[in-house]
Amino acid sequence: MTSLSIGRHAGQIVWFLAIALALLLPELIPSKTALTKMCLIGITIVFALSYNILLGQTGLLSFGHAVYFGLSGFAAIHLINLIGRHQLPIPVLIVPLFAGLAGAAFGLLFGILSTRRHGTAFAMISLAIAELVAASSLILESFFGGESGVTTDRSVGPTLFGIDLVPQIQVYYLIVGWGVLSAITMYAFTRTPLGRMATAVRDNPERAEFIGYSPQIVRLLSFIVSAFFAGVAGGLAAINYEIMTATNLSTAASGSVLIMTYIGGASFFYGPVIGAIVISLIQLSLSDVTPAWLLYLGLLFVITVLFAPTGIAGLIERHLPPLRARVLHHLIPSYLLSAAAGSVFAVGAIALLEMNYHVTLNAHEGPLLRLFWIQVDTTQPLAWGVAILVTVCGFFLFRRTWPLVGGAWNEIDSRLRKAAP
Amino acid sequence: MLEQLAISTLNGIIYGMLLFMLASGLTLIFGMMGVLNLAHASMYMLGAYLGYQISKTIGFLPALILGPLALGLGGALLERYGLRRVHQHGHVSELLFTFGVAFMIQEAVQMIWGRIGVPYRVPPELDFPLFRLFDTPYPAYRIFVLVLAVAIFVGLFAILSRSRIGLVIRAALTHPNMVGMLGHNVPQVFMLVFGVGAGLAGLAGVIGGPIFVTSPNMAGALGAILFTVVVIGGLGSLPGALLASLLIGLVQTFAVVMDVSLDDFIKAIGVDAKAGNILGDIQHTTIAQIAPILPYLMLLVMLVVRPRGLFGSRDV
Repeated sequence: MTSLSIGRHAGQIVWFLAIALALLLPELIPSKTALTKMCLIGITIVFALSYNILLGQTGLLSFGHAVYFGLSGFAAIHLINLIGRHQLPIPVLIVPLFAGLAGAAFGLLFGILSTRRHGTAFAMISLAIAELVAASSLILESFFGGESGVTTDRSVGPTLFGIDLVPQIQVYYLIVGWGVLSAITMYAFTRTPLGRMATAVRDNPERAEFIGYSPQIVRLLSFIVSAFFAGVAGGLAAINYEIMTATNLSTAASGSVLIMTYIGGASFFYGPVIGAIVISLIQLSLSDVTPAWLLYLGLLFVITVLFAPTGIAGLIERHLPPLRARVLHHLIPSYLLSAAAGSVFAVGAIALLEMNYHVTLNAHEGPLLRLFWIQVDTTQPLAWGVAILVTVCGFFLFRRTWPLVGGAWNEIDSRLRKAAP
Repeated sequence: MLEQLAISTLNGIIYGMLLFMLASGLTLIFGMMGVLNLAHASMYMLGAYLGYQISKTIGFLPALILGPLALGLGGALLERYGLRRVHQHGHVSELLFTFGVAFMIQEAVQMIWGRIGVPYRVPPELDFPLFRLFDTPYPAYRIFVLVLAVAIFVGLFAILSRSRIGLVIRAALTHPNMVGMLGHNVPQVFMLVFGVGAGLAGLAGVIGGPIFVTSPNMAGALGAILFTVVVIGGLGSLPGALLASLLIGLVQTFAVVMDVSLDDFIKAIGVDAKAGNILGDIQHTTIAQIAPILPYLMLLVMLVVRPRGLFGSRDV
């Protein structure tokens, strides 16, 4: 086995390891709260992957993808309730498939309206549709259940292989099963002629049209496929939570899947997976620590847009060639310096934000704030002065380390070029 | 009936003029740079909060000047150091950038002023009834808003159609490269327009805050309606933006006072139908209840019937 073939199979090996890890995780971390979080992350991964069919593959920026997630979730809830009421011979296990079909149907309906355009116009139309559906969800109470949403009981219906979906662990494996199936199908979709045409339409709709394909039809089909998998995710969410509310299809939910996918890296198939895991973990851990976590998320997003438009996956891919050529260690000194200066800046900025937040929102808790394991008195000017000083100094130090990193990269690039002429 | 009609018309025109103040900046920015500024409504919200803060500490008149100035400056800086950076990555990146900025402004506002609204009230020097419309006293502040908005519109129109910089801006709307070849600093014009647009949004916020509720929800509620206005009016067209703003302002104001549902209509023609489920919901929904979704319905109809909008020269 040559090193080349290891490199070629490395991607598949990583995928198998990831699936094995997903299967073994409940054994490795046997806690109930962890299981709930893992279910959430699994659903989010499917949802983010489905969004990337639009954003990364077809180049359509949608601000209303949660519409398909939410509508199919409601459809799944009503289907499960129907199964319970009329004893239909449909196991709840395959409800996500029906939810996906519902998503595809809504995708067809709204896709006809929106995929005639692309770029900014498409984004605007998707936003209008999202607002339309969100506003309608408060009017059509018999389907959306008004403010309180619709609930269900997932343990109804015939059991298949003795799985009644009562314990959460069964739901977890249901999510893993559907998730792996969906991920493989979505990956296969990128390799189909239609998937390839979607990429072509993203890059140059005019040339795609000249070789005989209608960009509108390609976009529409891509949109429907994407809505189908969003629907599968919605169906899984309906089974997992046994409740759907109007917030599931709000524009905030659409924004959150966009942020995840983009930070993860829309140009790579595995980018949304990383984004979904990282952002969900940030959300789950930070939301207990600080009320400002959404602000940090927004900051992270803007920084990604400005400085790393290819996302986390893009950063990983950028470091792979030096890693293979065994020159990655040349980056370590400059990275360490930059990280040190950057963390000084981050500590200062976070201290300022947290102190500000404490003064405006948590004033009733008194002037004392626990910050980085020390007590800070927010009434003292000294505390603010120190925070501002740390922030400013940190920023200037951080800014000065950028040329170092750039220089290290230049050297590595020239080495790589020499190694492979 | 006539009284309600007159008051609703006046309210609708004022709301429409406020919408126009926002939509004019948005449509100019879009027409010139192809950037749909998703943070535009957030700037309106920021304007309202700044107006509240400044008028609480100094007074309403300084707020009227300082608020828009601060936002104009902030907008220009945002264009110079943010938007221009992502411009090379294409329109989708620009959209994403403004989306991120809107997200952050939303959170920052909640961080500074809290998650519930602030009591931004009509300034006392303008808080009196100006005249009586039939029997209802009409507040002077609303008329003040109307006069200011009309003055802004006239001023904007005069600058764009009569002055030299207006000529450059209008040329840059359609032929930015040619204008650059002729020696004008097009990026600087972009920065100026972006700054003025942000300032106008801020002004709309300062004067609109006391009429509508100043709360963190105001940006989300208005943002999508603004895009509707811009598309219906035709992208980059100021007259179109004016007409669409007034249209949406009037439609929304009239819709909220109409307490009529399909059910009443069915009863009026003598049929007593009882539909269940979703049909029943639709049957009993009053026009007042669907007021929030009317602009989006209009937008979708417009996109199907006439994608270039009322006065647009090109498709969306």
